[in-house]
Amino acid sequence: MKFFGENISCVRGERLVFRGLNFAVEPGGALVLTGNNGSGKTSLLRVMAGLNRATVGKIAWSDGPISDDPEKHHGRLHFIGHLDAQKPVLSVGENLEMWARLHGGTDEKIAMAIKKLKLDGFEDLPGRYLSAGQRRRLSLARLVASEAPLWILDEPTIALDEGSVAAVRALISEHRDAGGMAVIATNVELGLSDTTKLDMRDYAAGQDDIWEGVS
Amino acid sequence: MIQKYANPARFNRLAATLLPWFAWPAAILIFAGLYFALFNSPPDYQQGESVRIMYVHVPSAWMALFVYTCMAISCAVGLIWKHPLAHIAAQAAAPIGACFTFVCLMTGSLWGKPIWGTWWVWDARLTSVLILFFLYLGFLALQNAFDDPARGERSAAILALVGLINVPIIHYSVVWWNTLHQPASVIKMAGPAIHSSMLLPLFLMAIGFKLYFLTLLLLRMKALMMARRARGMSMAQLHHQAAE
Amino acid sequence: MNALALILRREIRLSMRQAGDSAIIVLFFVLAAILFPFGVGPEPNMLARMAPGVVWVTALLAAMLSFERLFAPDYEDGSLEQLALGPAPLETVALAKAAAHWLTTGFPLMIAAPLIALLYRLPDAGYNTLLITMALGTPTISLIGTVGAALTLGARRGGVLLSLLVIPLIIPILIFGTAAIDAAIGGYPFRQHLLLLGGFFLGALVLTPIATAAALRQALE
Repeated sequence: MKFFGENISCVRGERLVFRGLNFAVEPGGALVLTGNNGSGKTSLLRVMAGLNRATVGKIAWSDGPISDDPEKHHGRLHFIGHLDAQKPVLSVGENLEMWARLHGGTDEKIAMAIKKLKLDGFEDLPGRYLSAGQRRRLSLARLVASEAPLWILDEPTIALDEGSVAAVRALISEHRDAGGMAVIATNVELGLSDTTKLDMRDYAAGQDDIWEGVS
Repeated sequence: MIQKYANPARFNRLAATLLPWFAWPAAILIFAGLYFALFNSPPDYQQGESVRIMYVHVPSAWMALFVYTCMAISCAVGLIWKHPLAHIAAQAAAPIGACFTFVCLMTGSLWGKPIWGTWWVWDARLTSVLILFFLYLGFLALQNAFDDPARGERSAAILALVGLINVPIIHYSVVWWNTLHQPASVIKMAGPAIHSSMLLPLFLMAIGFKLYFLTLLLLRMKALMMARRARGMSMAQLHHQAAE
Repeated sequence: MNALALILRREIRLSMRQAGDSAIIVLFFVLAAILFPFGVGPEPNMLARMAPGVVWVTALLAAMLSFERLFAPDYEDGSLEQLALGPAPLETVALAKAAAHWLTTGFPLMIAAPLIALLYRLPDAGYNTLLITMALGTPTISLIGTVGAALTLGARRGGVLLSLLVIPLIIPILIFGTAAIDAAIGGYPFRQHLLLLGGFFLGALVLTPIATAAALRQALE
């Protein structure tokens, strides 16, 4: 099933961040967003996830716009943003389990996620003892711990060492081989094959007044 | 592109047409009302001349509730249909409503001194108006509590709706609480025995206040829209400079 | 396991790991209540007369302090984002949060209330009613406070603002809560008061999750 957006414009903090943006992701596809800081990559990802509303435009799956049934849309996606959604007083296992179970993850999946992100041995460690890179890996473990066709990733490799970046690359490839799709905002080359590029600069609104042509 | 949702130009034209139709009648009605209230109505046999405070107090109390209701309705419109003008209207109405509420409390207190011999009595009506005043203050405080003005207006809009559901509950609770703790021995303001010569100024003042409110509302909406537009333009300019 | 139970279990686990947070609220409740005799003097009849009001007012103030951190940690660390992106509607999340708040704060306050009543020498006839009114009233306060907490998320000086928003809304609960206890002590019927408190609870149960969810939705935007 295709995930796409048509003619999206987004106003944040009384500023037009981008306008007239179109995108589409097919099963097995990956969309890579690039652009400077403040170009609206995160805004676009949040609009795609349904956390923010596009000011104008439509975001949809082949079977209907996401606004028709937000819960169904949420069931189809994993969103890994800048914030890690982890509690310092909960253990690695407990932190992961909460989000995995919420999305219908099973014990085997959770165990597999722990293994794939090289968090084995840390299960009982409280979150407050994790390093930035380990916290990032714990966030990414959510991708494996329960299934969803669409991954929305905001700078997924931040704070990761080279080995972990390779692991993430492998995860994404595996996900795409299984028919999954990914939207990734990144400023570093991830080395993914066969991606669609989307440069936010092409949709920058510039200095236009959002009240343009009104009075 | 906001044009699709709200058209400030059209609003400005509408406001310019309507303003004189609100402002002049408001002024005339209030002056006429004050004339009858102060010089051409009888003093009350119990309350004496102090009864004249009622001609400001009672319309203010009506306005306090009326403006809150208007505000909550336009908040609902803003939330449901995402119409920015509705949020601007609510934002413009809130301080006006708060001022009417304050005037109602002040005049109530001034009236209470000669009649009850004290500045404040926990009278059911005054107490519910006091709580309403705090609902207004909460709305205003919430609206200004965020760095992102859009966030503030939407939060405050939800609060106004929650408040609207609560206003009658609070009012009847307070009335019940009042009868429980204070057997009705005090003179009720604007009690049932209103002489017909008192009705005319009361009526003039009530209509005058409503038109005065509409005048202020339109003026404030215009000002708020200009401020918003100026902010948007300077933001766009700043981002443009940064991008260069 | 459904979302409501999952969130509830997580909240309870978190509050057990940070048990001090709930204890501080209860401590504040007791401390605020014992201030009054220092202010008005220890005359037993007057204290007994004041007991229902003082217990209820201080319980409300203590509850106000607890709401600020209801959503704030989840908002700051991204958990709220993930909850919003879960398959459960935000209304469920709101309800789970309110339930968790009652279990970790409302319930302890309710248990501590008779203790304070004891210090004030509340007449014996009042204790049962005190507990019943607290049992009916504190969940409503949790529900209304949840709305306030969601509305003030990310606001400057959220805590004080939250009290300003919530206190006017809970005055009816205070009125009927204390009136029921007064009536019980005086030997008057108080069934109606309890019915009204129950009605407030049911109304809040239906309406507040909608308001909370709407507030959370726009807080995340």
